[in-house]
Amino acid sequence: MRRGLSPTWLGFYAVVYLLFLYAPVILLPLFAFNDATIIAFPLSGFTTEWFEVLWTTDALHSAVRNSAVVASITAVVSTLLGACVARASARYRFPAQKGILGFIMLPLVLPEIILAVALIVMMMQLGLSLSLWTVIAGHILICTPFSIAILSSAFAGLDQSLEEASFDLGESRAGTFRRITLPLVMPGIISSLLICFTISLDEFIIAFFLTGTDVTLPVYIWSQLRFPTKLPSIMALGTILFVLSIALLVLAEMFRRRAARRQGQGASATEGFA
Amino acid sequence: MTRGLSRESRQGLTLIGLPFGFALIMLAAPLAMVITFSFWTQNYLDIDRTLTLANYQEVFSQPIYQTLLWRSLRISVIVTVVTVVLAFPIAYYLSFHVKRNKALWLFLITVPFWTSYLLRVFLWKVILGYNGVLNTALLEIGLIREPLTFILYNANAVVLTLAHAWAPFAILPIFVALEKIDRSLLEAAEDLGDGPFRRFWRITFPLAIPGVVAATLIVLIPTVGDFITPRLVGGTDGLMIANMIQIQFGKANNAPLGAALAVTSMVVVALISIAIYLVGRKIGGRVAR
Repeated sequence: MRRGLSPTWLGFYAVVYLLFLYAPVILLPLFAFNDATIIAFPLSGFTTEWFEVLWTTDALHSAVRNSAVVASITAVVSTLLGACVARASARYRFPAQKGILGFIMLPLVLPEIILAVALIVMMMQLGLSLSLWTVIAGHILICTPFSIAILSSAFAGLDQSLEEASFDLGESRAGTFRRITLPLVMPGIISSLLICFTISLDEFIIAFFLTGTDVTLPVYIWSQLRFPTKLPSIMALGTILFVLSIALLVLAEMFRRRAARRQGQGASATEGFA
Repeated sequence: MTRGLSRESRQGLTLIGLPFGFALIMLAAPLAMVITFSFWTQNYLDIDRTLTLANYQEVFSQPIYQTLLWRSLRISVIVTVVTVVLAFPIAYYLSFHVKRNKALWLFLITVPFWTSYLLRVFLWKVILGYNGVLNTALLEIGLIREPLTFILYNANAVVLTLAHAWAPFAILPIFVALEKIDRSLLEAAEDLGDGPFRRFWRITFPLAIPGVVAATLIVLIPTVGDFITPRLVGGTDGLMIANMIQIQFGKANNAPLGAALAVTSMVVVALISIAIYLVGRKIGGRVAR
C-alpha cells in the first residue's frame, strides 16, 4: 500500500497498546488462583479456594440474583423500546422526528452521575422508596440508546418490498410482522438483548444511587473492596464475570453477523458504529 | 396531507410514542425536577421550597467547589487529549494497514472492557501501588531503588486509569471516520505530488476530524462525572466534582446543593461540548459531492 506513517512502527505501537489495554485484565485470573490473602507479587501457589468461598457467601448469591433480575428486565424492555424507535425511524417520516430521536438518545451523552442525581431527586419528590425497580428504570434509560444503535441497522437493511409482497398475498399486518419482519430482524434483537444485559450487569453509578436495601452485583463488589481479606474472592468473582461477559459478547456478535448475512449485506466490522 | 397528519406520520408517531413517553417521564421530568430542586434549600430535615439562588451563590463563592470543578475539567481535558492522541495511531493502523482480520483486531480491543469497570479501576491500584506490580517489577530489574510514589493516589493515576477505561470509545469513532475516507483521494494527492506527510495533514486528518470530535466528546462528557476512579486511585488530590455531589446526597445531607453542583457541571460540560463540536465543524474537511 501507499507509504504513510511507517507500518512497522505502527504495528509495534499497536502491540504495546494492546499490552496496556490487557494489563489489568491479565492480573485478574492470576490473583484469583493465587494461594495468598494479599493481592501482590510474587505469586505463591495455585488454589481454587477463592472460588469455593464464593459458593458459601450468601450475600453474594442474593446480589447475583438481584442483578440477574434487573439485567433481564432491562434487556427485554430496552430492546422492545429500541425496536419501536428503530422501526419508526427506518420506516416512517413524521414531524419532529430528529428532535424526538435525539432526545431519546440523550442519555448516551449525559454523565451518568447527572442521570443518577436527577432520578433520585424525582424519587425523593414523589416519595417513592428506592428498590430494584428504580434501578431497572434507570438502566432502561441508558440501555435503550444502545439498543437503538444496534437495531437501526437491522431495520434499515430490511427490504420493504418483502413486506409489501406479503400484504399483496393477503397476509394481515400482524401476520406479516410475525412471519416476515420479525424473523429478519431476530438476530439483531438477540444481539441487542445480550448487549443490554451485559451493560446493566456491569453498571455501577446509577445502581449505587438508586438501589435500596437489595443491592446489585457491582454495588456488592464496591462494598467488598474495602475489606482486604475479601479481595481474593472478589478476584475470583471478577474472573467468572469476565468469562461470562465474553461468552455473551461472542454470542451477540455471531447473531449480529447472521443478521447481516440474512439481509444479504457483508458483515463489515464497522457496522453498528457507522 | 389534507387535514392534520398523514397516515404515515400517525403510524410513525404511534410507534415511537411509547419510548418517547418513557423518556419524557424518566428523563425530561427528572431533569426538570433536579433543576427546580437546585433552587430550593435544605432546612435541617425538610426541604424549603422557596425559590432562591442560595445554592448557586454557595457553589460560586466557596473555593472548594470551584477547585473541584476546575480540577474535574482539567483532569477530563487531559484524559481526553491523552486518550484520543494514543487512540489515533491505533485507529489509523487498523484502517490503513490491517488488511484481513480487522474484525478480530476490533474484538481484541473491546474485550478488556467487558470486565467489571470497578475491578479494572481497582486492578490499576494493584498495578500502581507502593508494593504494586509496577514497583515490584522495576525494583526487581534494578531500574529504581525506592518504590515510586508519584504514580498512585494523585491526579496522574486518575488520568492513566481513565485513559485506559475509555480507550475503545476513542478508537472506534476515529476508525469509522478513517474507513469512510475515499482512498482515491489519497492517490490523487500523491499523483499531484504530495509526500506522505503532507498528504496526511491535507487529506486524511481533515477528513478524520468528525471521528476525532466524536471521540473527544464521548470521552470528555462521562469523565467529568466519574466518581469511582477518583475515589479508588485519586487520593485527596484527585477527588473530583462527582465525589462532592455524591457526598452532598449522602453524608452531608444537602441534596439541593448537590443538585446545584450537578446542574452547574452539566451546563459547563454542555457548553464545552458545543464549542468543541463547532470548532470541529469549522476545521473538518468535507468532500464536495
